Amino acid sequence: MDFINAVILLLNYIFVPALTYGSQLALGAIFVTLIYGILRFANFATGDMMSFGTMAAILFTWYFQSLGVSLGVLPTALIAIPFAIIFMIFYMLLIDKFVFKYYRNQKSPPVQLAMVSIGVMFVTQAVVRIIIGPSDRRFFDGEKFIIKAGEFKEITGLNEGLAIKSTQILTILVTLILVSTLFWFLNKTKTGKSMKAYSDNEDLALLSGIDPKKIVMITWIIAGILATIGGTLYGLDKSFKPFTYFNNMLPIFAAAIVGGIGNPFGAFLGGYVIAFSEILLTYAYKKFFMYVLPESMEPDGLVQLLSTDYKFAVSFSILVIVLLYRPSGIFKGKVL
Amino acid sequence: MRKNLNVIAAYSIMMGLIILVGIFQSWNIALSIFNLCLISAVMTMGANIQWGYAGLINFGIMGYTALGGLAAVLISVNPVQEAWSAGGSNILFSLFLIIGMVLAVRYILKKYDKSKLRTYIIATIIISGIILVRFVSEPGIEAIEDVNPAKTGFLGGFGLPIIFSWIVGAFFAGGLAFIIGKVALGLRADYLAIATLLISEIVIAIIKHEDWLTRGVKNVIGLKRPAPYEVDLQQTDWFINLVEKFNFSKLNLIQDFSERQSAFNQLVIEGSSIFVKLCYSGLFLVIVIILLILTQKALYSPWGRMMRAIRDNEEAANAMGKNVVKQHLLIFVLGSAIVGIAGAMLVTQDGLFTPGSYRPMRYTFLIWVMVIVGGSGNNFGAILGGFAVWFLWIEAAPIALFVINLTTSGLADTHFLKQHLIESVPYFRFLMMGIGLLLIMRYRPKGILPEKIEIK
Repeated sequence: MDFINAVILLLNYIFVPALTYGSQLALGAIFVTLIYGILRFANFATGDMMSFGTMAAILFTWYFQSLGVSLGVLPTALIAIPFAIIFMIFYMLLIDKFVFKYYRNQKSPPVQLAMVSIGVMFVTQAVVRIIIGPSDRRFFDGEKFIIKAGEFKEITGLNEGLAIKSTQILTILVTLILVSTLFWFLNKTKTGKSMKAYSDNEDLALLSGIDPKKIVMITWIIAGILATIGGTLYGLDKSFKPFTYFNNMLPIFAAAIVGGIGNPFGAFLGGYVIAFSEILLTYAYKKFFMYVLPESMEPDGLVQLLSTDYKFAVSFSILVIVLLYRPSGIFKGKVL
Repeated sequence: MRKNLNVIAAYSIMMGLIILVGIFQSWNIALSIFNLCLISAVMTMGANIQWGYAGLINFGIMGYTALGGLAAVLISVNPVQEAWSAGGSNILFSLFLIIGMVLAVRYILKKYDKSKLRTYIIATIIISGIILVRFVSEPGIEAIEDVNPAKTGFLGGFGLPIIFSWIVGAFFAGGLAFIIGKVALGLRADYLAIATLLISEIVIAIIKHEDWLTRGVKNVIGLKRPAPYEVDLQQTDWFINLVEKFNFSKLNLIQDFSERQSAFNQLVIEGSSIFVKLCYSGLFLVIVIILLILTQKALYSPWGRMMRAIRDNEEAANAMGKNVVKQHLLIFVLGSAIVGIAGAMLVTQDGLFTPGSYRPMRYTFLIWVMVIVGGSGNNFGAILGGFAVWFLWIEAAPIALFVINLTTSGLADTHFLKQHLIESVPYFRFLMMGIGLLLIMRYRPKGILPEKIEIK
């Protein structure tokens, strides 16, 4: 019985939250990796682009709520997402036309494009804060829990409860659907294959008649979809605050590089690597050991490897270690 | 003279703008803008050395600034005796353990050839060392943080004049840069940018949460000042006489005695804060000028030529027998040390250390905007960038308010759009920075004052 309690404890506090957080990071990381693989620069505006997409989703959610449209148990934001995506793609293409296109045609070095993306970051951040303000916003509605901790205890008769929020399941499901569609698109369709070819060797791809304009446009469209959905899921699960989104850029970068930048599948797994290591290293295992070990060996302290304050530091340390020993990432990068 | 005309013109416009602020808003605001401009100029000089001279991207400026600020705290605050006696020995012992660990790892690295066994041994030393250090330091840390947590709760510093911290801050930042450089300088440009950005976040996380050393988010306030205090000044005779002399004609216009006295008191209070700010300006100006002379000398020395050669073509410089790795490390350390000085100056001026206020937007990306806008590779450009961008950063809100009022003058004051815009005035500074950066990068990619290489 104690063993089952221990397992439930880990599921409740480590596995489910890490899986959710990892899915959110994974979407962002694929976004970074796609831009890096095809447009060839590190996009420092990642976090703010995600917050722009989320802002659009929130605005549409409010609009639908005011009309009285709702999905019952599911959050209204789900209807808002497609509209937000269209809005977001429009914004991305606009930025590309007025900002990035010039440098791409000039064949500027990646560093210069990264600097330009900092300019975009400033502008996007300003636009988001001017439109919706910098404060914390919750836009979740519908049923909050699938299983409540108390109900779970009653049903199973265990000491430990397992609480699963509907946003957690929603996040994981949507991520899986989205990512598998993306991989199907990249690996099976003609456009996807030409994107891979373009990422692998630009000159050869051009020689074989691939239209670079189309590739770039599709990349921005996919990026817009990923950013909006990733951002909205994060906002539903936690809350929407522009500053948090800006900060999330850092673990997202870590995930993309750990997985091998330019490699979407690596980025996908990288998200989970970062999320799990952050939560595993900062969780206090005292209760777990209380269940597993006999009473005489119970630990005194919290048995916490690092205090939760260092959550971010964990992912960055992993990144630094990976960069030093395997600069191309765990799964070799640069093959889209 | 002629070729420097644009430099002189740009600087006179900048000074003119600050003087205009003094006339139209207040001299107090103008001087505080000027002081922060000087600090920003020091930061941009540091970043410019790395980016402009050597082409290294350092997005870790925030980390070095914070370390400089930490130096100011550790130098100037009086030591907390109680805390030292409570947990000082544990902390010192863990420090020795860490040093021993590093030495042991170095010894093994030097003595034995690369092998799997060596890697495992090093890993064991590091892991067991960390566990040991935690075991030793934990009771000490707890004891220190329990000593009067509302007021101290940390070890305190050395109780020296805060000016020394400017040098110590440089050493702190340089030391960190040495470690980072050893580890990360081999990376490609954009990876280096990301790695330094993340490392600076780690530095901030440590400063925020190691309360025994820095007091963390509880902040350290009331640091000693190198300049006199306003309250003291208002009671010193020579200062009161000075204010009287300056405003003699103005005061004579007021007939009534009591009214004249109260106006005079007001002037003394205002004058004292201006005087204090002027003292800081003087100190900062000295630093900026010293650094400017040094960096200019370095730029036109054989060493500066070598740096540019390395920047422009690493392989060729390497083939000519220049040690690229060593020079990169050197310039990385030098530039970061300068940023560290700026960090200490900033805390000195504010008189408080607030780890929570270190955010990458303000301390990393804004500094980069300054470097790019001013002109990378040109020290005068970098300083001008620091001035211009900081000026805009502060004055953006009034400018935005003016523009909003102008464009929405047709709307009623209670109109929701107008109210919303006026509420979000503070965020227009981000917009201005972003658009400014994008425009400069597009139409003047080398900055306002581009790099000029004179061959003598």
